[in-house]
Amino acid sequence: MSMRRITDTGALALHYDLVVVGAGPAGLSAAIEAAAAGASVLVADENLAPGGQIYRAVTRNAPERQDFLGKDYWKGRAIAEAFSASLIDYAAATTVWSLDAAAAEGGSASLGLTLGGEARMISARAVILATGAMERPMPIPGWTLPGVVSAGAAQIALKSVSGIPGGRIVLAGCGPLLYLLADQLLRAGAEIAALLDTADRKQRLAALRHLPGFLLSPYLLKGLSLLFGVRRQVKIVSGVRELAITGTRHADGVRFRAGGREATIAADCVLLHHGIIPGINLASAAGCAIEWNDAQRAFQPRTDKHGRTSVAGVLSVGDGAGIGGAEHAAVSGRIAALASLTDLGLLPPSGTASRLAELERQRQVYRRGRAFLDALYRPARQFLAPSDPDTMVCRCEEVRAGTLRQVIALGVPGPNQLKTFLRCGMGPCQGRMCASTVTEIMAAERGISPAEIGTYRLRAPVKPLRLAELAALPQGPAAVFAVTGRALEHDSIEEEGKNQ
Amino acid sequence: MPLLDDCDIAVVGGGLVGAALAWGLARTGLKTMVLDGGDLDPRASRANFALVWVQGKGLHAPHYALWSKASAERWPAFAAALAADSGIDVALSQRGAFSFALSQGELDMLAAELETIAAETNGAAAPYEILTAEETRRRLPLVGQDVVGAAYSPADGHVNSLRLFHALHTAMRHRGVDYRACHAVERIEPVDAGFRLAGAFGTIFARRIVLAAGIDNQRLAAMVGLHAPLKHSKGQILVTEKCRPLFEYTSATIRQADEGGVMIGDSEETHTTAIATNQEISAVLANRAVRVFPCLAEVNVVRSWAGFRVKTRDGLPIYAQSASHPGAFIAVCHSGVTLAANHALVVAPQIASGALSSDLAPFHSGRFHVSENS
Amino acid sequence: MFLRIREPVEAVTFSFDGRSVTAARGDTLAAALLAAGVETFRDSVVGGEPRAPYCLMGICYECLVTIDGIQNRQSCLVEVHEGMVVNSQHGARLVTGRADR
Repeated sequence: MSMRRITDTGALALHYDLVVVGAGPAGLSAAIEAAAAGASVLVADENLAPGGQIYRAVTRNAPERQDFLGKDYWKGRAIAEAFSASLIDYAAATTVWSLDAAAAEGGSASLGLTLGGEARMISARAVILATGAMERPMPIPGWTLPGVVSAGAAQIALKSVSGIPGGRIVLAGCGPLLYLLADQLLRAGAEIAALLDTADRKQRLAALRHLPGFLLSPYLLKGLSLLFGVRRQVKIVSGVRELAITGTRHADGVRFRAGGREATIAADCVLLHHGIIPGINLASAAGCAIEWNDAQRAFQPRTDKHGRTSVAGVLSVGDGAGIGGAEHAAVSGRIAALASLTDLGLLPPSGTASRLAELERQRQVYRRGRAFLDALYRPARQFLAPSDPDTMVCRCEEVRAGTLRQVIALGVPGPNQLKTFLRCGMGPCQGRMCASTVTEIMAAERGISPAEIGTYRLRAPVKPLRLAELAALPQGPAAVFAVTGRALEHDSIEEEGKNQ
Repeated sequence: MPLLDDCDIAVVGGGLVGAALAWGLARTGLKTMVLDGGDLDPRASRANFALVWVQGKGLHAPHYALWSKASAERWPAFAAALAADSGIDVALSQRGAFSFALSQGELDMLAAELETIAAETNGAAAPYEILTAEETRRRLPLVGQDVVGAAYSPADGHVNSLRLFHALHTAMRHRGVDYRACHAVERIEPVDAGFRLAGAFGTIFARRIVLAAGIDNQRLAAMVGLHAPLKHSKGQILVTEKCRPLFEYTSATIRQADEGGVMIGDSEETHTTAIATNQEISAVLANRAVRVFPCLAEVNVVRSWAGFRVKTRDGLPIYAQSASHPGAFIAVCHSGVTLAANHALVVAPQIASGALSSDLAPFHSGRFHVSENS
Repeated sequence: MFLRIREPVEAVTFSFDGRSVTAARGDTLAAALLAAGVETFRDSVVGGEPRAPYCLMGICYECLVTIDGIQNRQSCLVEVHEGMVVNSQHGARLVTGRADR
């Protein structure tokens, strides 16, 4: 029994019991659990190999060669190995660009996939979205310059090509990942010129009440050793309140203000980070209700304790449903798989109850300490809603903060009208790089919560695909009639045939 | 009791129709207020195809054919006035448009409709030509072999409708219009010398009102003795990544925006209330687009959207003043971009003067009572 | 902007803007280009500004390049292949073609 790698659309089944979108810890765990219960499962993932971002390239790297990645990274190996040993269809380098929950026959979900340059529609009785997190965009002056990447990107380079940034490295922002990356870079032999910490000191007080949970959490020891280790080796500037990247065609420095003083530090490579947020585009386009998580300051799909969204047959798990970390994601993937197979009648409720209870207990352990981290590393307002009018917010359509504020002042009802007026969020990234900032700026201007502002409404395709791919998909008579206003004619049927 | 917010005239709806009327009303000096809905309300103004379109409009309704043609002719003056008030160029381009036929049946139907409209208007409708496949490709070398012919009319054009929407709101602000988003009107109560408009926002008094609330007009009209029977009509559009200029004309199914994206439309579903896009329809749209312009095959689709058209039962606009409640006007139409020039420069001044002209009588909602009774 | 601290196990050679680049089998194209010292991947569509990958995970669409003649491909999601011809991009997509294709 082993995983079957799908490399062209022709090898896809037309129907699965369960389609899992994403092959990080949540998606892999969900698929393993569902396959063990006898369900037919497809895992579709954009990346070239299983592991998601956290365990990226874990099947390709080796502890003896990539020793700098740290022991938590190698936990991904066990999951990847169990995945390879399961009876699962696995489509790597595959984009899921649409999900319509009840569009297929018998009320099944219909999914649009692209693989190897070809699109295919398939159906599934249930879908688990394990699309993971993305870094919260950090719009500061100059952040579009070459030489500036997100901290996550630097970590991806480390995992995927054993690459460390060249030249003078400056890390800026806040959050645990920033220190984890610093630690990994140091172990890999990089020299870090400075770490500019933007964490809001006022948050220390806010975090205090969550301290007891953190003291019991599995993150405590790791977190402390990281902090102390990095502090010993890197110049750390805390209380940074302003940041701007200098340079014309490439970053050449970072200007910052801390403790009332302004300074500039030379840099060839700037790594930005201020937390991670759920990637909600596919869930949102599928019509799943989206809610505001104020502790994590981000929108996420609304789910029940097992991961069911507001749309029947669609579940959301892992960091894509709310940030919880890799181990939390893995357990939540297993929980969602059991829940959805029970819903489908493929598992008896009596048989899964005790296993579910045990998994929920495990998950509780991984939740300890999260509230403390969320509070401690809540990004400072000036980095969520940049005040400098020239700061680029929408990188695709090149819309700046000042322009957004002018249109907000016209009284627009929300982000979707703003998008219409300015094209902000209409480019190829589909608003992924500007949605959070647009909501934050609007909330700040109006003095109300982001929950009341809302976010972009999204539609398929959630990722671009070629017109030719769409054009080759099946077309029913109702769809043809809707476009031409005419039933399929004899001559046009012949032409359709000629075109195949 | 505190004084109610009040105004000379309240426009219910801040879409392209409401905004064009409100700007036109404010230009006459009236103290104008716009009560608009929320961010996620259905808005045809965010889901249109940006055409200033005449070709084929007004089959068996010559007054509509001529009304559309007049608006297209009025558009350059409208765009200039709007730019003066807003500082925004809406990229009006009126170089003519092609309607592509992918079968002889489609071409025959196009030709028959245009011929009928020409006859019904005694030749006053916009001029057109029916082109053979060879003639079409001679004028447009990128057109594919599946195109069997086309209709062409020099009267058609397009604008950047997103910028038009932005410009109207900026111009409204410039003219002092009091625009209020998230003010969904739940009730309209006729009172002495005016109307009380109420909703979750509270109550507002207006001496006169204009209903321009798109598909919600159906509900609101009945509150002031008007009638706006609509039908379901869902349209769907694909839009591609930005491309360098490839098609300088326009068409009702494929156009390139001035910013570079290619828009591909359109469909009509009459039996659904679901706002989600339908992938089979996307496939048909994509297939036809690639047959018309094979060079688009490799271009990426970045977005699609669906919207509900504001379609009256006979497809024609409604412009009316209530007989039972004078001072209550209604404007309902599908082609909010094409007709924006008429709305701002003709209809708004008439409303401001207190009465719609007799030219607009054929668009009165009374026509539906007649047909219902017969 | 990245320096490889481990030599590629299995080398793959491709070209970028006419220059030969060596990478490892299994690398994503974007990571391979950054490790080869490529700084700018494209000029942006609206303002013509220099851009390079920001996220390396399929989110930001800054890493778009032309691969074997096909424009606007996300280099962070594509695996390098021997002989691949990659080019940087300048502005919006160029649509060319004949009607009889």
